[in-house]
Amino acid sequence: MIRNNKERLRKRARAEWRFRSYGILSLLFAGAALVFLVSTIVSSGHAAFFKTTIELEFPLGAERLNIETPYTRENLLAGNYYTAAKSSLYALFPEVTSRPEKRALSKMLSPGAELELRDYVINHPAEIGKTVTLEVPVSSDYDQLYKGHLPRTGTHTRLTEQEMGRFDQLVEEGYIHYRFNLGFLTGPDSRYPELAGIGGAIAGSFHALLVCFLLSFPLGIAAAVYLEEFSKDTRLTRMIEANINNLAAVPSVIFGLLGLAVILNVFGLPRGTPLVGGIVLALMTLPTIIISCRSSLRAISPGIRQGALAMGASPVQVVFQQVLPAAMPGTLTGTIIGLGQALGETAPLLMIGMVAFIANVPATPLDSSASLPVQIYLWAESAERGFVEKTAAAIIVIMTFLILMNLLAVIIRSRTQTKVE
Amino acid sequence: MNFNTVYPMNEVTTAAALVDVNAVEVGLRAVSSPGLTAENVNVYYGDIQALQDVSINIYSKQITALIGPSGCGKSTFLRCLNRMNDVVDGCRITGNITLNGEDIYASDVDVVELRGRIGMVFQKPNPFPKSIFENIAYGPKIHGLAEHRSDLEECVVTSLQKAGLFEEVKDRMHQPATGLSGGQQQRLCIARAIAINPEVLLMDEPCSALDPIATGKVEDLMWELKENYSIVIVTHSMQQAARVSQRTGFFHLGDLVEVDSTENIFQNPVDSRTRDYITGRFG
Repeated sequence: MIRNNKERLRKRARAEWRFRSYGILSLLFAGAALVFLVSTIVSSGHAAFFKTTIELEFPLGAERLNIETPYTRENLLAGNYYTAAKSSLYALFPEVTSRPEKRALSKMLSPGAELELRDYVINHPAEIGKTVTLEVPVSSDYDQLYKGHLPRTGTHTRLTEQEMGRFDQLVEEGYIHYRFNLGFLTGPDSRYPELAGIGGAIAGSFHALLVCFLLSFPLGIAAAVYLEEFSKDTRLTRMIEANINNLAAVPSVIFGLLGLAVILNVFGLPRGTPLVGGIVLALMTLPTIIISCRSSLRAISPGIRQGALAMGASPVQVVFQQVLPAAMPGTLTGTIIGLGQALGETAPLLMIGMVAFIANVPATPLDSSASLPVQIYLWAESAERGFVEKTAAAIIVIMTFLILMNLLAVIIRSRTQTKVE
Repeated sequence: MNFNTVYPMNEVTTAAALVDVNAVEVGLRAVSSPGLTAENVNVYYGDIQALQDVSINIYSKQITALIGPSGCGKSTFLRCLNRMNDVVDGCRITGNITLNGEDIYASDVDVVELRGRIGMVFQKPNPFPKSIFENIAYGPKIHGLAEHRSDLEECVVTSLQKAGLFEEVKDRMHQPATGLSGGQQQRLCIARAIAINPEVLLMDEPCSALDPIATGKVEDLMWELKENYSIVIVTHSMQQAARVSQRTGFFHLGDLVEVDSTENIFQNPVDSRTRDYITGRFG
């Protein structure tokens, strides 16, 4: 009898040990997958936060730049900076004289070099006539070469021996610099990988989320409060409840089609704008907010309602002065998670046309704009080698925003928890 | 509101009403006019009758205890007195309840104002999840009793003083009320109820969630409060009813069996059911 018991205890201990090890194993597996994912993205994306520049001397003669007096903005914009930028580069290689060789050499400069020179002159008209030293971006192939992403030999190499040799010479002589690329975070998209930035997409996503929040938060709370606190339990309200729960599971592309059919075609709002994107995302986020708000309302102790009623508060006062404020932390947590989902949504934005190439940063929700997930989609589809690191870097940016939003939700939750305890 | 009142009330004199009339004649310490009067109150939850022809007078500046086994309807009756049953789905009340001669179920009665005159304290302490100050200030705010911030602060302090809680919480007025102990929370709820200066205070088993020390404090408080308010307390503890009340009503299966001075109920009950309950034969 006693031995039997021991046997059973040993079996039970073994089963518990087994269960624990399964748990630890699956945790390890999930952790490894996460580490692999994050390290892949970071290792291929971190380089996009840096750019390769070349230090050149620019003699800013008015004739050389073909600028007419007076130095108004229009006259300065009309100058010929292209030739000026190229000739500054040729000056480093006096041995290059033939036209084809010069053309090949000029490809080392990014089109951004000309633009930076122009912007410098516009911002410093007093410098005209002097000679300045500026760092301007090199083109994507040389940028990739410097970062070590472009193979020097084999079929995939894109530069000739001579081109690489000239670049290496510049590196040795100290003309080439490796700088933090602020333009990537603030600038708009570009056809040229070395100039493409994610600022436009960040602004577009921000405007869309703002519209989404302003629409879905008040609407969601109003719907949740009505359903939870005031509506009678009828067949109609039960049907509405079931449908709200179903809406949360509808594929997002369907919301996009709805936006295309109704918001764009019937109401005629401007296509491809964060306004329309935000409206569609609000439709998607509403069920999440309603469900989280209702469950937080339900979790408020009935004692609080009774207490407030007994103090002589009207039912509306009870809800808006006692119950809803108490349910706010849970509702906000749900809202932030819903907005996080909305931030990552791609399909509905493709449907309403937020997929166009936009080369400026949108100032208002009414300007056509890209958004973060769509920008990732667009860059991932681009053929140029330089966009690979941009895609990964954009993923880093969107994941950072998501982590920050979830962190905010956690902070709100833990702060109110300690307050109640 | 999904709630119907049937008027006029039926005029049949019931046994319960007779008992009550006798009680008035038998034992009263402080003779005063009945502040709150219930006549032939019937309560139905759907098809189930929860109270049957309950008639009772609640005298002012006295504590009236309602005792009886679980489910006998004493809490239901208490909730009729400040119309808290209004919000219960399918609840129907007939009969007549008057406060100083005014029918509290009349169509022109404002429930908000009524609940300002008849306060309530619940079984489980239910402070609002706000600061101690905000808990007390809530009632005066919604009833418009304090015009200035200084009036409000004064009202909060006096209410806490009356509830004997001020010394314990004066340094943490703006900290969450949920951080107080159970007994403190319950006294906070009492302070909250008296902050709007009600005429009647209803207490639904106010000590059942408290330990004996906290219970003692709440009972002492009730003794002090009875100088100014009429108090109705529902309790499961016969000792508590005997300790604090001047009059006691015994409920059984939705009937108010007997109501009399507390002394008579505990020493000389008329009805055999009361006697059985008090001596612990059932309940």
